[in-house]
Amino acid sequence: MSLRKHDFRENGDKIDYILTIADNSLILGQRMGELTGHGPTLEVDIACTNIALDLFGQVRSYFQYAAQLAEKSCTEDDLAFLRTEREYKNVLLVEQPNTNFAYVIAKQFLFDHYHFLFLNELQNSNDATLSAIAKKSIKEVSYHKRFSSDWVLRLGDGTSVSKEKIQKAINDLWPFTQELFEPNEPEEKAIDLGYGVDIAKLQEEYKQAVEKVLIEATLEELPVLEFYQRGGKKGIHSEHMGYLLSDMQYMQRTYPGMKW
Amino acid sequence: MSESKNNKKNWPLWEVFVRSKNGLEHRHFGSLHAADAEMALENARDVYTRRNEGVSIWVVESKNITASNPKDNGELFEPASDKVYRHPTFYDLPDEVKHM
Amino acid sequence: MSEKEIKNLEAIFEAKIARDEKIEPKDWMPEKYRKTHIRQMSQHAHSEIVGMLPEGNWITRAPSLRRKVALLAKVQDEAGHGLYLYSATETLGISREELYEQLHSGKAKYSSIFNYPTITWADIGAIGWLVDGAAIINQVPLCSTSFGPYARAMVRVCKEESFHQRQGYEIMLTLANGTPEQKEMAQDALNRWWWPSLMMFGPTDDMSTHTEQSMKWKLKRKTNDELRQQFIDQTVPQANILGLSIPDPDLKWNEERGHYDFGPINWDEFWQVVKGHGPCNKERLQTRVDAWEEGEWVRDAAMAYAEKKAERKVKQAG
Repeated sequence: MSLRKHDFRENGDKIDYILTIADNSLILGQRMGELTGHGPTLEVDIACTNIALDLFGQVRSYFQYAAQLAEKSCTEDDLAFLRTEREYKNVLLVEQPNTNFAYVIAKQFLFDHYHFLFLNELQNSNDATLSAIAKKSIKEVSYHKRFSSDWVLRLGDGTSVSKEKIQKAINDLWPFTQELFEPNEPEEKAIDLGYGVDIAKLQEEYKQAVEKVLIEATLEELPVLEFYQRGGKKGIHSEHMGYLLSDMQYMQRTYPGMKW
Repeated sequence: MSESKNNKKNWPLWEVFVRSKNGLEHRHFGSLHAADAEMALENARDVYTRRNEGVSIWVVESKNITASNPKDNGELFEPASDKVYRHPTFYDLPDEVKHM
Repeated sequence: MSEKEIKNLEAIFEAKIARDEKIEPKDWMPEKYRKTHIRQMSQHAHSEIVGMLPEGNWITRAPSLRRKVALLAKVQDEAGHGLYLYSATETLGISREELYEQLHSGKAKYSSIFNYPTITWADIGAIGWLVDGAAIINQVPLCSTSFGPYARAMVRVCKEESFHQRQGYEIMLTLANGTPEQKEMAQDALNRWWWPSLMMFGPTDDMSTHTEQSMKWKLKRKTNDELRQQFIDQTVPQANILGLSIPDPDLKWNEERGHYDFGPINWDEFWQVVKGHGPCNKERLQTRVDAWEEGEWVRDAAMAYAEKKAERKVKQAG
């Protein structure tokens, strides 16, 4: 089963826009959830699970709204679990694996700074529901940003080992950030119609905010790259995504149509 | 495990005090480990206020607390036990005087 | 201190407990009391954090968003409970690192139930219903145990755990009322978790070594067999509501006793798992060791950063 666009008809663009937003939280939350039980200390484990819970909470708000907009009856779980890989709109950044704690933090950090700026603008959406979700979520994300930035400082300005690891993680993940600011089709329409965020405008502020933390963390300044990785927003994902979805969708795919 | 385990510095212990709502005092909630005060605050938020238990948090490194010794309880606390004149019931008033 | 003086202190100490007064960390206590408490409390803490693993195994595969957040929150609570219990144990003068070391070296035990695998989603329901159900029976009396920090930790744990069993039972209920395939999944989970759950109360009273001392110190209020009976008596009707059958042909209501009679427990299996040869003993321990070792550079970094920051502060002030 797959939810194709024609299921949505009238609100199709808005639903696609909501998915573009929500899939980031869904996939990042899924990755964060992998860490539960395996964190470097109990305290950090608990903190990271809180982030995952915040993200899934946001996902449920977005998906419930999208499901409501869909003409054909569908649920938050249909949207979360029953799309094909090509139908997920999250950026490549959030699906990258938790190679080690430095990658967990770097991924979170690079996304949180974007997420914060994004939600800040989404509060002004002319869609009252999206604006309300943004108002609630931004408090959570403000804390995520603080948590991940603090950890970038600790790892960057900690030991030589930690510095090397977080630097490598930032270097490896930075090429995935450009995509955050390149609107896909639903985003372009959303901007035109006043319910979406003009993300391209956030890029400069994003770079400054990220770089400020990196410099304080005694890490290298951000490189200007010739080439960036993109595709997630158009549903063209990395090879990691298939495995992530196999896990996430396992129950719904193995036992179709059941209630849990 | 690494060889340097014995001379390694572990995250110290912190005591956490939480005010559950304005108007109430901070109460000792428990302890946790953190590398520094900022982290202790964040950890306290994540560990001890997951169910909306607090509006304000204090953290203090456990080693900075000076505690009385139970051995001294006799001289510290027992002398107060017979000072009944510090309590209102010590004073006899006629029943006609209400609410005093 | 002379032997006579110690005897005297011990008598005062025991009388205090008998009067239901609490013992606090800085109070004088017999060495055996300290050691017993370190052992039991840390074992309890270890059980919480090893207990995160079998359930954590299903976080990425939870079948709905609602189930996923509930499971995440539950596993997170277990981390919290481990943390409360480690902290309470630390008041007895042992560090969390030392306690971990005891777990990782195999010297310390944890509840054997977590050495069984979670192979279907229904296992998450069965664990919440049965394992948390059994844990609650074991834990509620500890809220009034004699050692203050332990009692306080348990009050918090019990309060937070009240949703855990309901969460598990709700999963079972949904499965039991679902398709035949789901009901079968639920029954299969009950079949596999029933006996290990009964073993959670420990060996039978005639085989149990610590009971008398533990009763005196209020580490225990009822015997293993009494608690086990209580668990069976309360769980059988719950299974009936689910329409699932308890995998024990000898299970029968005994009018005269006012309790359920039940069949023999396989104590060979119990000892096999306790001695480290259960289905997942090695994996569980290795997972904990890996998390701790892989986290070492992270903990070191945070410590080094904190020290640098403190130094900078001193310099600025100077």
